[in-house]
Amino acid sequence: MATKRNTTNMITPGLANNRRLGRRSGFSDRIFSNTTLVFAMVIVALLIGLVIILVKDAMPAISRFGFSFITNSTWDPVKEIYGALPAIYGTLLSSLIGLLIAIPISLGAAIFLVELAPKWLKGPASFIIEMLAAIPSVIIGLWGLFVLVPIVKNPIEIWLGSHLGSLPFFQGPPFGVGFLAAGIILAIMIIPIITAVSRDAMRAVPNEQREAMFALGATRWEMIRQSVLPYCRSGIIGAIILGLGRALGETMAVTMVIGNSYKLTASLFSPGSTIASTIASQFGEAATGVSVGSLVELALILFGVTLLVNVIARALVWRMTSVKVAKE
Amino acid sequence: MKATNRGYTRRKWVNRLMLGLSSIAAGLAILILALILGYTIIHGLSYFNLNFLTQAAKPVGEAGGGMRNEIFGTLILVGLGSIIALPIGLLAGIFLSEYASPRVASVVRFMADILAGVPSIVVGVFVYAIVVRPMHSYSALSAGVALAMIMIPVIARTAEESLRLVPNSMREAALALGITRWRAVIGVIIPGAMTGIITGVMLAVARIAGETAPLLFTALGSQFGVQGLLKPIGALPLQIFRYAMSPYKSENQQAWAGAFLLVILVLGISILVRWVSNRKRI
Amino acid sequence: MNTIIPNLVIPDNQTKTVIDNNKGILDVQNLSAWYGKTLAVKNISMSIKSQAIMSIIGPSGCGKSTFIRCLNRMHEVSHGGRVEGCIMLDGKDIYARDADPVVIRRRIGMVFQKPTSFPTMSVFDNVAAGLKLTRFWSHKMELEEVVERSLRKAALWDEVKDKLNQSGASLSGGQQQRLCIARAIAIEPEIILLDEPCSALDPASTLKIEDLMRTLVEQYTIVIVTHNMQQAARVSDMAAFFLMDQDRSGILIEYGPTSQLFTNPKDKRTEDYITGRFG
Repeated sequence: MATKRNTTNMITPGLANNRRLGRRSGFSDRIFSNTTLVFAMVIVALLIGLVIILVKDAMPAISRFGFSFITNSTWDPVKEIYGALPAIYGTLLSSLIGLLIAIPISLGAAIFLVELAPKWLKGPASFIIEMLAAIPSVIIGLWGLFVLVPIVKNPIEIWLGSHLGSLPFFQGPPFGVGFLAAGIILAIMIIPIITAVSRDAMRAVPNEQREAMFALGATRWEMIRQSVLPYCRSGIIGAIILGLGRALGETMAVTMVIGNSYKLTASLFSPGSTIASTIASQFGEAATGVSVGSLVELALILFGVTLLVNVIARALVWRMTSVKVAKE
Repeated sequence: MKATNRGYTRRKWVNRLMLGLSSIAAGLAILILALILGYTIIHGLSYFNLNFLTQAAKPVGEAGGGMRNEIFGTLILVGLGSIIALPIGLLAGIFLSEYASPRVASVVRFMADILAGVPSIVVGVFVYAIVVRPMHSYSALSAGVALAMIMIPVIARTAEESLRLVPNSMREAALALGITRWRAVIGVIIPGAMTGIITGVMLAVARIAGETAPLLFTALGSQFGVQGLLKPIGALPLQIFRYAMSPYKSENQQAWAGAFLLVILVLGISILVRWVSNRKRI
Repeated sequence: MNTIIPNLVIPDNQTKTVIDNNKGILDVQNLSAWYGKTLAVKNISMSIKSQAIMSIIGPSGCGKSTFIRCLNRMHEVSHGGRVEGCIMLDGKDIYARDADPVVIRRRIGMVFQKPTSFPTMSVFDNVAAGLKLTRFWSHKMELEEVVERSLRKAALWDEVKDKLNQSGASLSGGQQQRLCIARAIAIEPEIILLDEPCSALDPASTLKIEDLMRTLVEQYTIVIVTHNMQQAARVSDMAAFFLMDQDRSGILIEYGPTSQLFTNPKDKRTEDYITGRFG
């Protein structure tokens, strides 16, 4: 017989005589851990399901048009001929303009935040720039449509037209809405993310690198250019590519200022379309399998491109942070 | 000697120029925010009145009218999306932090990051295909699903990060008390990570409150107010979009009023949440 | 009697243990423990006497903490932790395949080196955590009784009785450690393991905890790891001396009554350590 413990002094005597060593709680633990596994698998299922459904619903268009979908330029619901080229072109062009405008501003802001700003300013300034990212896209689009577009039309496009009108980019009547306005709006939207990620990359540069440069008699700018920036180069490139990914998928603000015209022109002043804006404006009217399928195929292309871009960006940024860890 | 002096002066000026430019860049970024925010608030406020909150949309030409139904719609959709996304995101985050083997965790994390990067309009197309089409109707439900799909990876990742910050000594102290692992997670570890989790959830909520693209082909918008979860429903950002593109000035003005309300709501939540979490860290 | 655990009834004639007065409450037999591929402790055998304080001494890194964490199956919670051998508690191997570590940890409690009160819980909830987070509680009044008695036993009641609702993190280091002790004894274990409980505390708190151990041993069995030889000499009845062998695994050099280990050690290596020739 097992000893009974002296329970007169005990707080919870009932517990004292629990002699069982058997396995009971493993069961409830397994239920819980399996439940968490199932819900984590929902994420995997959503992603895989997304790809499968997109491919399936794009099939009518893929089988009808094949590769010519990407090279064709018409979007004709009557004749049921759809081609994605202007949309792809518009996406790439507007994103490129956005990047060209955003990169110098973002990098400059990041340099300021990391290297120049006094301590009391760093936090609030970063916070304010990040707040720009929190403004909903539709509100930036609204502002863009009613405030930015008139300014783009006059004086910006007029100035560009008269001074640089020899270039095909700046020819044509100033509409206001169009690729240029879309590019500027995209720049506004991606500045926060490029700034934030570049700032983090620069912050990861160890101080010894800076001090070594100073000890060689470099000015502050020379120190930044020759020691900080090269060190975190992959992180900054990653930041830029992340910004690109964001620009490619941006829908509402761009739809509101790009003018929604489906053609290929070199002129930045002219209205155009992006993949996202085409889907947004055409989806309501699409009825047949082929028309819906073409829009879904557009979505599939957009998904694929942003996926690729984001994976590359994350690989670069991740490499930056793990190099930093290895060197410490 | 003179050559070095000249060289140094040039370097000094280049230095001043570049540093000046970067300060201007930072100022520009802040200025843009101030411009957009300021204009929206001031201009929107001028068209904002009590009617806006309490009345439904009126046809063009009639005075008054507001976005009451759309405001309700946004609240309903945000609530619906949160109800769906919270348990899934939280439990997935718990899985990633507490139970997953490193290899499985990195795969799931990778997929969550990809899902988080999918453009919201693609999410809308997907949900259209799997909910709207089989139901033969646009619905609040489908919009809730679309918004949930955007929230889930965000909540999962921020929950995971917050849980990871709980020190291992706390886990061991809990297990050493002879409690089952799942009770340790729920009773000790999650409370320890609660601030971070709540921050992540509120930021996700603020984000979807302003999302428009996925609503285009799921909620659709409704002229008849809120008709139930299985019918189309209006939402604030959606209505702002439609009114902004409308040729009628009165509707444009309503769009500004709506933008005022939306930006106050979204930014209010974002700022409040970030401010509280920053204070707790200090 | 069974108001705390309403469904728990163990008929005495079903337990098949045999009482041997020479065996201790905890019988360690050929215990070895690994971290991944590294053998941390090798082939430890000892019999831990009931209602006595046993100290585990030895230089740093010789497996003392690893060993004590094997006693309540906490070692396997560490990354790559693995154990061979067996530990008999009342004649049953706690490492048997059907043994439940959760139940074992209720019978063998542990207090860690760093005072880990749960910062999100009040003092009251901290002490009650072991009860609240299992099925073993019914209503508030019994919880209050349990918490008060545990805090009194941990010599902390007078200092915190007005602060029961404040956060556990608001106490000083020494108070937090006594809070952890109160938390451990609230679930009524038979054995309390203490892994260097005073190394993060000031001398005054250390003495308070040593006094506490002497009162607790009337009811519980105590095993303490300490790197402080004077503490071991002051406090413990039995002492075990660990050392690292040439393969850098911890082995048990000598185990016996404290007075004998310190005044008349049987092994020369013990004597060298006690007299301070190394370590």
